[in-house]
Amino acid sequence: MSSPEESTTLAKPRSLAADAWYDLRRSPIFWIASIIVVALVGIAAFPGLFTSADPKACSLDFRFAGPGPEAPFGYDVQGCNVYARTMYGARSSIEVGLFATLMAGTIAFALGMAAGFYGRWIDTLLSRSLDVIASIPLLLAAIVLLKRLSATGGSTGVWSVAFTLGVLGWPVAARVVRSSVISAKQQDYVQAARMLGAGNGRIMLRHILPNAMAPAIVVLTIMLGTVIATEATLSFLGIGLQPPAISWGGSINDNSAYVRTAAGPLLWPAGFLAVTVLAFIMLGDAIRDAFDPRMR
Amino acid sequence: MAPQRETILRVENIAKYFPITRGIVFQTKIGEVKAVDGVSFDLAKGETVGVVGESGCGKSTLARLIMRLEHPTRGQVFYQDRDIFAMPGSALRRLRRNIQMVMQDPYTSLNPRMTVGDIIGEPFEIHRDVAPRGDRRRKVQELLDYVGLNPEHISRYPHQFSGGQRQRIGIARALALRPKIIVCDEPVSALDVSIQAQVINLLERLQNELGLAYIFIAHDLSVVRHISDRVAVMYLGKVVEIGTEDEIYGRPTHPYTQALLSAVPVPDPTARAHRDVIRLEGDVPSPANPPSGCRFRTRCWKAKPICTEQEPPLTAQQADPHLSACHFAELRHVVA
Amino acid sequence: MTDIQIQLDRVADDAHLLDVRDLFIEFHTRDGIAKVINGVSYHLDAGEALAVLGESGSGKSVTAQAIMGILDIPPGKIVSGQICYNGRDLLSLPEKERRQVRGKEIAMVFQDALSALNPVFPVGWQISETLRHREGVARADALRRAVELMELVRIPAAKQRLRDYPHEFSGGMRQRVMIAMSLALSPKILIADEPTTALDVTVQAQVMDLLAELRRELHMAMILITHDLGVVADVADRIAVMYAGRIVEHADVHDLYAVQGHPYTKGLIDSIPRLDHKGQELATIQGLPPSLMDIPRGCPFHPRCPYRKDPICSTQVPTDQRLASGTRTSRCHFAKEVLDGTAA
Repeated sequence: MSSPEESTTLAKPRSLAADAWYDLRRSPIFWIASIIVVALVGIAAFPGLFTSADPKACSLDFRFAGPGPEAPFGYDVQGCNVYARTMYGARSSIEVGLFATLMAGTIAFALGMAAGFYGRWIDTLLSRSLDVIASIPLLLAAIVLLKRLSATGGSTGVWSVAFTLGVLGWPVAARVVRSSVISAKQQDYVQAARMLGAGNGRIMLRHILPNAMAPAIVVLTIMLGTVIATEATLSFLGIGLQPPAISWGGSINDNSAYVRTAAGPLLWPAGFLAVTVLAFIMLGDAIRDAFDPRMR
Repeated sequence: MAPQRETILRVENIAKYFPITRGIVFQTKIGEVKAVDGVSFDLAKGETVGVVGESGCGKSTLARLIMRLEHPTRGQVFYQDRDIFAMPGSALRRLRRNIQMVMQDPYTSLNPRMTVGDIIGEPFEIHRDVAPRGDRRRKVQELLDYVGLNPEHISRYPHQFSGGQRQRIGIARALALRPKIIVCDEPVSALDVSIQAQVINLLERLQNELGLAYIFIAHDLSVVRHISDRVAVMYLGKVVEIGTEDEIYGRPTHPYTQALLSAVPVPDPTARAHRDVIRLEGDVPSPANPPSGCRFRTRCWKAKPICTEQEPPLTAQQADPHLSACHFAELRHVVA
Repeated sequence: MTDIQIQLDRVADDAHLLDVRDLFIEFHTRDGIAKVINGVSYHLDAGEALAVLGESGSGKSVTAQAIMGILDIPPGKIVSGQICYNGRDLLSLPEKERRQVRGKEIAMVFQDALSALNPVFPVGWQISETLRHREGVARADALRRAVELMELVRIPAAKQRLRDYPHEFSGGMRQRVMIAMSLALSPKILIADEPTTALDVTVQAQVMDLLAELRRELHMAMILITHDLGVVADVADRIAVMYAGRIVEHADVHDLYAVQGHPYTKGLIDSIPRLDHKGQELATIQGLPPSLMDIPRGCPFHPRCPYRKDPICSTQVPTDQRLASGTRTSRCHFAKEVLDGTAA
């Protein structure tokens, strides 16, 4: 019996994810982005904690009134409390972003895994349909789809907007999943599992998925930001969330005509929107850097 | 060799051609890579058969065929007289217990997201009847200890180990199901010199203690000589010479074997002067377009017109009774 | 080969062509400071072949990168030491003058020829480019020289292959192209970093033969960096064995293979299987090379050494012990005993 060799590396078990976390903890971008995201999710979940004012209690008496104790951002064209509306607006943005991304992620993982793992005609079929969907301009398709939905009697609330953006947004993530599954599939450890007699299910769940997940999560995080921006664009155009639903896009639309006389009611929701989108994109970037083995 | 030779694996005239295709939607076949083209040999219990050859000779494809990772274009592999390619699912699962593999690259052969305990324990999870659930952790630790690793490192991740240690983990995983045969595909070529010896010794110890049979695939002729009982020399998908370790290294009759042996640098500067030097011209031709007749003829100093027209059969030669595939086989002592 | 001139710089008798003195190099990484080179000294005279032998992480390539001035700084950092070429310290030269030395005086061949050659240009263009850029040779002349260089490295039908791209060459031929490129400016020293590791055995033998022949024909000095004890034995005059960023043994190649003066070298030579005899169990060096972040105190080899004697080996760093014949040295407290076989 040869004596056990002593490992020269660190003593504690450290997974790749732990290594990535070690990098992330040292990234200021990650911290800034996470703080913003956590704050926004908090606002979205419990807007009542941040404002006691009712965002729907508008009175033309207060039209363009200046900031007050209840309304630090002042009042808008309808005489609504800008601060309260911005807080409650975060909820629709985050909801739409999360649901759409969750949906896109589910579709992307299911189809991307199937295409990457089984290859052959399944891959050809899925890849081509993906190309077709990806070639449709997102905004245009969303407009058409949402028009269609509202025409058939469905209201264009959070769910239908999230559904629309989710259905149209998955191809990018699916491509990423597909290519990382293909590269994971060719790894020796997958062959080794096969030689031990492992079935497809075990190989996919234990060996391929954990190794193919990181890039897709990065893409989906960034996608969350862009979905929120798209939702705001749609609402601004009057096709997304409809009043009485409160959304940043809607608020921007309401006040855009008066930017010369009163910029505040426009700039506050627009500023929140920009910071939110940026935070998600920065977060995605930071995670990507941490998981990228070339960076270490 | 043991007096009672009990054959457990028989490879018969096996071949694997990979199609070369063009186009994505409408694929058309424009050629074939004849990676393995009619290889036969057998393996006895407890024996080591070495397979040597340069890149493109098909030795890795041969390993994948024996592991049933590829389906052959023709030919069979018999494990205890049953064709492994004709086996139904249940028999195949049993086969997996008996034939395992150790791979070349210790960095890609272990899943980076699993702990060592999960990696070595995976065979028990797939074949649940081998070890009861409560027993698995202990079994994994025994295996770690058996291959010379610290059993307390069971919850570490692969990247916390060195190359040699990772290769030991791969060996422990292959041993978990108590196989009869282990296919070793270049198991030490990615390791440093001082670590190679440790892993080779480990493999030899395991063979002695467990009665394993090895198919040992490598490009390093010195390592193959050290570990093998019999050796097959491959060139462009074919076995050109096969025999006992003594026959191949001491009495080679095929010019390719002779050239290969002569090309190996010997760590002895005094041998520089009086070595039999054979230098081949050029590189190995592409297996997509191998030469007609004898595949070695384009680099062979003995080539005559017959070599272009007729493929030499792998037969016993007058020069020496072991099998060699050359029209002009003759004995030449290359290695002192 | 009349165009490729052989110039022998006559320098003072005691000065070497290349003299690396007490070099220390660190790498600053996320996990800490890796001490990759810890006091390396070696020299090279005109026309000589020195082999630098070591396993991965021994620092054998880093020294060469420092000589060439292609070390990545940061993360690398040359802490101290000198690299004198013809009496001038390369490390204190401004980058502009350094560039003059690179390629023209000292050239390098890498392991991976495929990635060292530019895939989108024909090889003839790549070889002649160096001549045109560095020497201002006219286009037609440069191409003619390129053909000569390709013939020099024995590429068949050199003229016809001038317009071929790197991927159209086989592995061995690509390595020859790279050697031809490195010879373009007639360097006095050729550093070959694992030149044949990626090649098949029969092709490796061809390339090693070529390097040996070129050295003789061009009277060029050569540093051969490798992990392969067999390759070294065939080509080198002298050999420096590296371990954990130090040269642990330095000897004439015949002397070193005959008998070793350092336990590491001895372990290394004993641990390789031999082609010319079927051995019994291989001798091994137990354990692993140390982490360069945490090199053991005292002799860096002591945790793995079968001859160690405490406390001296675990507390005192051994210095070079001069051994019997001429320039032979070993960094071991018991070098003489190991050499004589009297160490226990």
